Amino acid sequence: MKVTRIHITGVGGQGTLLATSLIGEAAMLAGLNVNISEVHGMAQRGGVVESAVIIGPALSTIISDGEADILLGFEPSESLRAANKCGSNTLVITNSHPFPPFTSAIGQGEYPDIEKALAQLEKRVKKLVALDADAYAHQAGSILSMNMVMLGALARHADLPIKADHAKKAIKKNTKKAFLKKNLKAFDLGYKH
Amino acid sequence: MNPLLKTKSGQKRLLLGNQAIVRGALEAGVAFVTCYPGTPSSEISDSFFELSNESNIYFEYSTNEKVALEVGAGAAGSGLRTLIVMKHVGVNVAADPLMTLAYVGVEGGTVVISADDPSLFSSQNEQDNRYYGKLSSLPILEPSSPEEAKDMIKDAFDISEVLKVPVIFRTTTRINHSRGVVTFGRMKKRVIQGKFVKNPGLKVTLPGVSRTLHKILVDKYARAFQMANGSPYNFIKGRGKLGIITNGISYAYVMDALSDLKLKNNVAVLRLGYTHPFPKKLVQRFLRNKEKVLVVEELEPYMEEEAKTAAQEAGLTIPIAGKSDKLFSRLFEFDPGMVRAKIAKYFSVKYKAPKPVKTSGLPEIPNRPPNLCPGCPHRSTFYSVKKIAGLDTVYPTDIGCYTLGFMPPLRMADFLLCMGSSISTACGISKATGRKTVGFIGDSTFFHSGMTGLVDAVHNKHNVLLIILDNGTTAMTGHQIHPGVDTSLIGRDKQQIKPESVVRGIGVKDVYAVKPRNLKKMQEAVKSAMAYEGVSVIISEEVCPLYAQRTGEFSKKMIFEVDQKKCKNKRDCLNLLACPAFYLEGDKVMINPDLCIGCAVCSQVCPEHAIRPVKLGEQS
Ligand code: SF4
Ligand code: SF4
Repeated sequence: MKVTRIHITGVGGQGTLLATSLIGEAAMLAGLNVNISEVHGMAQRGGVVESAVIIGPALSTIISDGEADILLGFEPSESLRAANKCGSNTLVITNSHPFPPFTSAIGQGEYPDIEKALAQLEKRVKKLVALDADAYAHQAGSILSMNMVMLGALARHADLPIKADHAKKAIKKNTKKAFLKKNLKAFDLGYKH
Repeated sequence: MNPLLKTKSGQKRLLLGNQAIVRGALEAGVAFVTCYPGTPSSEISDSFFELSNESNIYFEYSTNEKVALEVGAGAAGSGLRTLIVMKHVGVNVAADPLMTLAYVGVEGGTVVISADDPSLFSSQNEQDNRYYGKLSSLPILEPSSPEEAKDMIKDAFDISEVLKVPVIFRTTTRINHSRGVVTFGRMKKRVIQGKFVKNPGLKVTLPGVSRTLHKILVDKYARAFQMANGSPYNFIKGRGKLGIITNGISYAYVMDALSDLKLKNNVAVLRLGYTHPFPKKLVQRFLRNKEKVLVVEELEPYMEEEAKTAAQEAGLTIPIAGKSDKLFSRLFEFDPGMVRAKIAKYFSVKYKAPKPVKTSGLPEIPNRPPNLCPGCPHRSTFYSVKKIAGLDTVYPTDIGCYTLGFMPPLRMADFLLCMGSSISTACGISKATGRKTVGFIGDSTFFHSGMTGLVDAVHNKHNVLLIILDNGTTAMTGHQIHPGVDTSLIGRDKQQIKPESVVRGIGVKDVYAVKPRNLKKMQEAVKSAMAYEGVSVIISEEVCPLYAQRTGEFSKKMIFEVDQKKCKNKRDCLNLLACPAFYLEGDKVMINPDLCIGCAVCSQVCPEHAIRPVKLGEQS
């Protein structure tokens, strides 16, 4: 089996780490070997939070520049910042809903024109899927389910032996009852996009 | 019950390295755990904090790492299996008792975790704590994956009990915070009742006693050396005339690189897990039939230098390389692609690195540094202090969330060394410059090592103001308790010690306890303290809102919004306070209702009184 490397990026508070471990759980349920790395600590205070899931016969837990098979971006400017992880064969799945960093509010750097920038990135990679995951999450009942929308989109578009069933099982196992319905709905909305 | 405690042997789980370490220690029958929290080790301590509520394991967040090591040494000396957890720089704090505990030794198996942080994800330096092995003569074990960490720490307890010295278990962030599939093993029976057998002739380190103890340590070292040479954690994979010596997470990168480069049948890999005492004999055997050897290790050339010495003693003259301008750096962590490229280069293998997409033409993305949370009380304190004490005052800071006061536009951080350094460096700066100097320290850090500095300030009559940012928790590392915390809120029974009583007990006369969100009161206190010649302390008391939301102490009921009719766009809110809930919509300052927690500080900053409260859900 070949190795699939998924680089995940987002902003502290967006639930990227939970999504990361759910991908790992789903891979385990699908009987695959999986290694994950996460960033904890200072970055979680509103900074960039990156993680990686590596599925298949490998020992490494992080992904070098140009070597991600999939880039899963929870915030569009963060997907662009992580573009160096992509090669010409990378699948990019990104939330299109902006969450500008505070620095742009105090005049240190301008938040980019996302649509234009993503269109440029699209030309350089194998495929780019952009979806308004925030809107789907609101539709599912809570912005906190945005990470589940992204998981749904991943399950749909990634060429992985992980089936939607595996992902849903992992969600069920790790979600509090009060959130389960919203989370599964959010997953489905992402999956159907 | 906690899954780490209840999960049966034979089950597989996806575990964080730190969780795997906890499980391994449980399987080893650990009975006594002490720590001071610090990234990347914190999840180990936090798991034991949880577990201690549902088992007979003793756990404490100690005041600092030195105390953690000493409390642990007492339990270990009474025969209990003991785990002592800290981050790499914490070992510096604990180094004094550690060096001599090596002499005195332990009865129960004892493991000291040193969680190193190459690349400085959350630390003030990236020191390589393998050198503590050489300094102390203690054994060091280093795992290469979460799964191995679980088994290795279990064995570390056994090794410690055989040698009767503590074992240093060295991890790096990529082990602590990687997740892998771990197979659970059987739990050993836990012995929780200790017995202290008196033997002052070998346990009270008077010079005469320690002369004997040092000799005993050297003998133990010799035994540890034999063990390292035969350890199953030091193994060889593959064969060939070319060789690689590696350790820790680098082993993962090396093995992946050899498969990618199709070199598995040409390069032999010696993976070292029992790295101190350095297994010289094993390494000499490995080097003997090699033509060329590469040492792949993050940070300092510890193994490289040892391997070169070993080669020299064995009369081997083959090239051994590691750290150099052309190969590996002493800076920062490695990554798989970089290791692959260096291996290809050193062994002259044809290799084309994967090409990242071109980023030319893509827009520049504004930075997203970590920041104090919306409504963080530290921000209000910084705002007021800056307003009164001004830009000319020097502000030494300390280790915690408030270090982020460094960020513009606050810029309230001028000097930082380590935990507790704010107050003592302020003393030196104030003496040298002849000006009252203002230090910032958190409540947990104050108990950790700020108190002794404050005693110095009072005794030597320094002219300093210490601001204790008392937010009722250890926020940065994940909201752990500390001596100043009211633990009844979370259903634990610990004695609370108020910083104010400590400060007064130390003899500080000019003391203020102020709520920082009342800007007027805080500014009056700062004014008064700055005018006072001598030691002043302001205790800025407001619970961390992130923590308060978690404990249910605080829930958001109202938020603030900008009355656009009143706003004259002077932007004091953005330029001076800079709560991250603010954003610009075109030219207009707005407040993000999802981020605002309703702390009301910005409304006091706005000269136009244009920021007003609204009930949640009723915003315009
Ligand atoms: S966690 Fe608490 S103390 Fe730390 S920045 Fe956020 S609000 Fe402030
Ligand atoms: S009230 Fe003002 S300062 Fe406080 S959290 Fe809301 S926007 Fe930030």
